[in-house]
Amino acid sequence: MIRVEHVSKTYRTRLGPHRVLDDVGFELQRGRNLGILGRNGAGKSTLIRLLAGAEQPTSGRIHRGMSVSWPLAFGGAFQGHLTGLDNLKFVCRVYGVDYEPLIPFVEEFTELGDYFREPVSHYSQGMMTRLAFALSMAIEFDCFLIDEAMVVGDKRFHDRCHVELFQKRRDRAFILVTHDANVIKLYCERACVLHQGRLHPFDSVDAAYDFYHRSTAQPAVTDAAEAAR
Amino acid sequence: MGAATTDSLRASARLQWRVIHALLMREVITRFGRHNIGVLWLVAEPMLFTLVVAAFWTAAGFHHGSSLPIVAFAITGYSSVLMWRNTVGHCVDAVHQNIGLLYHRNVRVLDVFSARILLEVVGATASFAVLALFFSAIEAIPPAVDWLAVAAGWAMLAWFGTGLAILVGAATVYSDVVARLWSPLSYILFPLSGAAFMVDWLPPAAREFVLLLPMVHGVELLREGYFGNTVRTHYDMGYMATANLVLLFAGLLLSRHAERRVEVR
Repeated sequence: MIRVEHVSKTYRTRLGPHRVLDDVGFELQRGRNLGILGRNGAGKSTLIRLLAGAEQPTSGRIHRGMSVSWPLAFGGAFQGHLTGLDNLKFVCRVYGVDYEPLIPFVEEFTELGDYFREPVSHYSQGMMTRLAFALSMAIEFDCFLIDEAMVVGDKRFHDRCHVELFQKRRDRAFILVTHDANVIKLYCERACVLHQGRLHPFDSVDAAYDFYHRSTAQPAVTDAAEAAR
Repeated sequence: MGAATTDSLRASARLQWRVIHALLMREVITRFGRHNIGVLWLVAEPMLFTLVVAAFWTAAGFHHGSSLPIVAFAITGYSSVLMWRNTVGHCVDAVHQNIGLLYHRNVRVLDVFSARILLEVVGATASFAVLALFFSAIEAIPPAVDWLAVAAGWAMLAWFGTGLAILVGAATVYSDVVARLWSPLSYILFPLSGAAFMVDWLPPAAREFVLLLPMVHGVELLREGYFGNTVRTHYDMGYMATANLVLLFAGLLLSRHAERRVEVR
């Protein structure tokens, strides 16, 4: 189980502290999933970073009773001199997994061909995204963190991601953040709305959907603060 | 200590080593690439630096009227500088350069420092050992009188470099100013570090002043080990150990605190 207790996150800005998350809390059981809706600047990516453990909350606690992935398809850690294979080796070493049995899967999914053994600096954006997603799938986790904005690609890529994630790993838990209510409707059994730093839980995806549409119709207070950062 | 505590300690140690190993392998390829001699640059680079300095000092007749073999003096001196200058140099901004890696929860700020420090210490040690052994084998310089004392001085310098590197590296998370100040500071520290003089050559008032710098004690011990009774040395290992301990402790505290401050994106 993942338990998020009274988590707040404040960033320092030149205009003083800016609170992005305010007393956020929820629980997620093994094998279940949660969609978090929020518009741009609502703090979705911040929440994902905190859940991943990449950043620490300013206050509050995150208890991880199962293994939690890094944000899915995150490729920001790729270093230009390293090859696709080097990057696979790196994540395998960090997570204590043998890399050799994983090479066929990564090669097959990324369709990189010879480029798998070429430096990442020679990759196109699409190749990079495929590698990032394949590495996320190479390591098995109980719970995946998905920032929908990060999984960009063509229809075929999306379909293949869908198969890997929602079909082959349907027994896993996941937390999906997005600004697109339709994505949540499609994949999630439960939804929350992140609005002005607070997380509003709902029993049904439809109730969340309604609230989201009403709240996005309001004037954008947080966006102004976001732009000032 | 209960069995459960020992087990979890062992598991943590295993995890830590796994992460540092992953970072080391990554760092080696990133820094040295796969072309020409690759990872051997780790040793070749400090060796070249030391050789150039030794050549300079020889050419300049940098002797202070002392009877010490100048090449051995340069090798012991300049190698010791590498121990604190390169370790710190590679930890400055190390967090910013590796910020994306922190997305992997197991990769902590301290691991990033540890991997880089380990590389530098290994490189500087190998460079020093190869040069000292090679030149004494061809009888260009006398062999060390007491290898154990040399090793002890070297270990103290490595400890000093480690603590200082973690402290300065963590401080760069807080402010870019630290990174900018480090290079002029290392320039000032170099001539004061004991690399280019023996404390005994200085007037007593100046001795007291330079002995405030912990690395001076390490270099003195190293030279005592290398040259034996031909040099009069001034050092206090108790002082250096205390300073090292304080630096390391402050560094660990600051890097722990820095972790809460790091913004990944």
